[in-house]
Amino acid sequence: MIDASISELAAALAARRISSVELTRLFLDRIAGPGAPLNAFIAVDPERSLAQARAADGRIAAGAAGPLTGIPIAHKDIFVAEGWPSTCASRMLANFVSPYDAHVIERFNAAGAVILGKTNMDEFAMGSSSEASWYGAVRNPWDTGRVPGGSSGGSAAAVAARLAPAATGTDTGGSIRQPAALCGVCGLKPTYGVVSRYGMIAFASSLDQGGPFARSAADLAALMNVMAGFDPRDSTSLERPAEDYARELERPLAGLRVGVPSEYFGAGLAADVAAAVEGAIEALERLGAEVVDVHLPNAGLSVPAYYVIAPAEASSNLSRYDGVRYGYRATEYDGLIDMYRRTRAEGFGPEVKRRILVGTYVLSHGYYDAYYLKAQKIRRLIARDFAEAFKGCDAIVGPTTPSVAFRLGEKVDDPVQMYLNDIYTVAANLAGLPALSIPCGFAGGMPVGLQLVGDYFAEARLLGIAHRFQQATDWHRRTPQSFA
Amino acid sequence: MSLTLSEVMRIAALARIAVTPQEAEAVQAQLNGIFGLLEKINAVDTSGVEPMYHARDVTLRLRDDEVTEPDRRAAFQAVAPQVEAGLYLVPKVIE
Repeated sequence: MIDASISELAAALAARRISSVELTRLFLDRIAGPGAPLNAFIAVDPERSLAQARAADGRIAAGAAGPLTGIPIAHKDIFVAEGWPSTCASRMLANFVSPYDAHVIERFNAAGAVILGKTNMDEFAMGSSSEASWYGAVRNPWDTGRVPGGSSGGSAAAVAARLAPAATGTDTGGSIRQPAALCGVCGLKPTYGVVSRYGMIAFASSLDQGGPFARSAADLAALMNVMAGFDPRDSTSLERPAEDYARELERPLAGLRVGVPSEYFGAGLAADVAAAVEGAIEALERLGAEVVDVHLPNAGLSVPAYYVIAPAEASSNLSRYDGVRYGYRATEYDGLIDMYRRTRAEGFGPEVKRRILVGTYVLSHGYYDAYYLKAQKIRRLIARDFAEAFKGCDAIVGPTTPSVAFRLGEKVDDPVQMYLNDIYTVAANLAGLPALSIPCGFAGGMPVGLQLVGDYFAEARLLGIAHRFQQATDWHRRTPQSFA
Repeated sequence: MSLTLSEVMRIAALARIAVTPQEAEAVQAQLNGIFGLLEKINAVDTSGVEPMYHARDVTLRLRDDEVTEPDRRAAFQAVAPQVEAGLYLVPKVIE
C-alpha cells in the first residue's frame, strides 16, 4: 500500500480493500516509527486526521467519493489550516494555531482528502536545505547525513520515505523542484497565479507559488486538479476556466521539440549529474522527441536578480511580525520600538534576518532604483529569453540542481554557496513559468532530478512528457532502502 | 560596494531587528558576501526595459463595496500575545 499511486489507493478505497482510517493509520505509524529520524513533520494530530478519515469513509460508503477522497496528504507548514499549528518553521509562529484555512487546504478538505500532518521546512521558506528550521533540520531519506533540499524539504522527504502518498509545497525560487530532485520524487511549480496564495504564509509575493509533490507525474496531475483554481482573495490569482491536468498524460512524444539550453550545462554542473540528465534527454529522444538547442543568454543574471527581489518582498511581507496581533512577543523590552526590535531579533532565525536586512537595504532611500527596479527589469529580460526559446521548442529540459544532495552543515555558514544551489530553478519563478522536476537517475547513490520548464499554462503538457518518460523508465519507483 | 558597520546598524534599525555590536560584524561580512553576488546586475543595460511585476501583467481586480467577512474577532484575537476588552495591548507610547 505504501508504494501505491493515488489512483490505486482510490481504487482500493472504492473496493473497500482498505478504509481511509486504516490508510491514515498506516502512514501515521510510518511517520512516528521509521520516519521519525527524518524530522520531516512539525505537527501530526492523529485524532484530527482520523476524524477526517472517518468522514471520508462515510462519503465513500455513500458513493460520493472524488479522486482524492480518503487519501492522506501531508502539507507544508506554510499553509495555514484551521485548528492546526501553522508555524512556517519559525519561533515567531511556534504558538500560532490557525483560525482559518488556506485556499489550498479548503480545496483538499472539500475533495475529502485527509490532512496527514504539517511538514518541516526552512523558516519562512527561506533556504535550500531545510536546515534553517526552529524545529531542527530535516534529513534526506537516501542518506540521513545529507540534506533533503529546501525549502519544502519535509514534504519531499516524507514522499520519498513513503511517510505520505503525496504532499504540498511552495516554490519561490526552487523550493518544490530542488527538494524533489534531491529526494528522488516529483514536484511541480505551476504558472504563477494558478494556485491561490490565500493562507499560504507570504515570503516573496510576486514569486511564491504552491504546488504538489508525489511519486509520479500522473499523481501530480490528480493533485493539481484539486489545488488549482481561481480565488478572489488572492489579488494575483488568475481567472481562467478549470482544466484537467491529466488530459495530456497519454499523448505520445512524437513531434515534441525539447530545448536544451547550453547555459544549464556549463561550469558548476557536476559531471555525474550531467551524465544522468543527458541519459534522460536521450530517453526522451528514443520516445520520439526531437532535441533542439536553445539559448537563455541572461540565465546567469537570474540568481542575482532573484536575491534582490525575494529579500525585498520578504522584508516588506515580514514586517507584519511585530509581536502585536499574533505570534511571538519578547518577554523583556523597554517601550514599543524595543518590543518590536527584540521580538523580531528573538523570533526570527539568522537566515530570515539576513534576508530582511538585504531587502530593507535594497528598498531603502536612494537604492530602490539601483537594486529593486533594476532587478525587475532584468526579470523581464529573463522572461523574454524564455519567450524567444519557446518559439523553437515546446519544453526546456535540463538539470534541476547543479549537484546531488550535499551534507548537513556543509553550506549553512555560507549563504552565497547556498544561494547558488538555485541556479537552474529561479528563472522559472522570475518569469512565472510552470516547471517540474522528476527523478532521472542516480549519482553516487543519490537521486538526480530532471527539470522541465514549459510556456505559461503548459502544466498538462509537462506532466504528459513526464508521464511518458516514467512509463519507459523506473527511476521514480526507486525507494530508499531503509524505507522500502 | 561594501557596507560599513554603521550602515549595518542603520539597516537593522530600519528593519526593527535588534543586533548586538558583536553580531553586527558577522552580519556585515555575510551581507557583503551577498551584495558581492548581487553586484552583477549593475553591469546590465536595461534602458528602455519595463520592470515586470506580475508574470502575466494582470491588473488588480475591483470588487463590489459590500461586507463579505463575518465577525471573527474573538477567534483572531485568541492568537494575540496580549488583548483586553477586544483591543490589542502594546507598551505605552504616550506619557
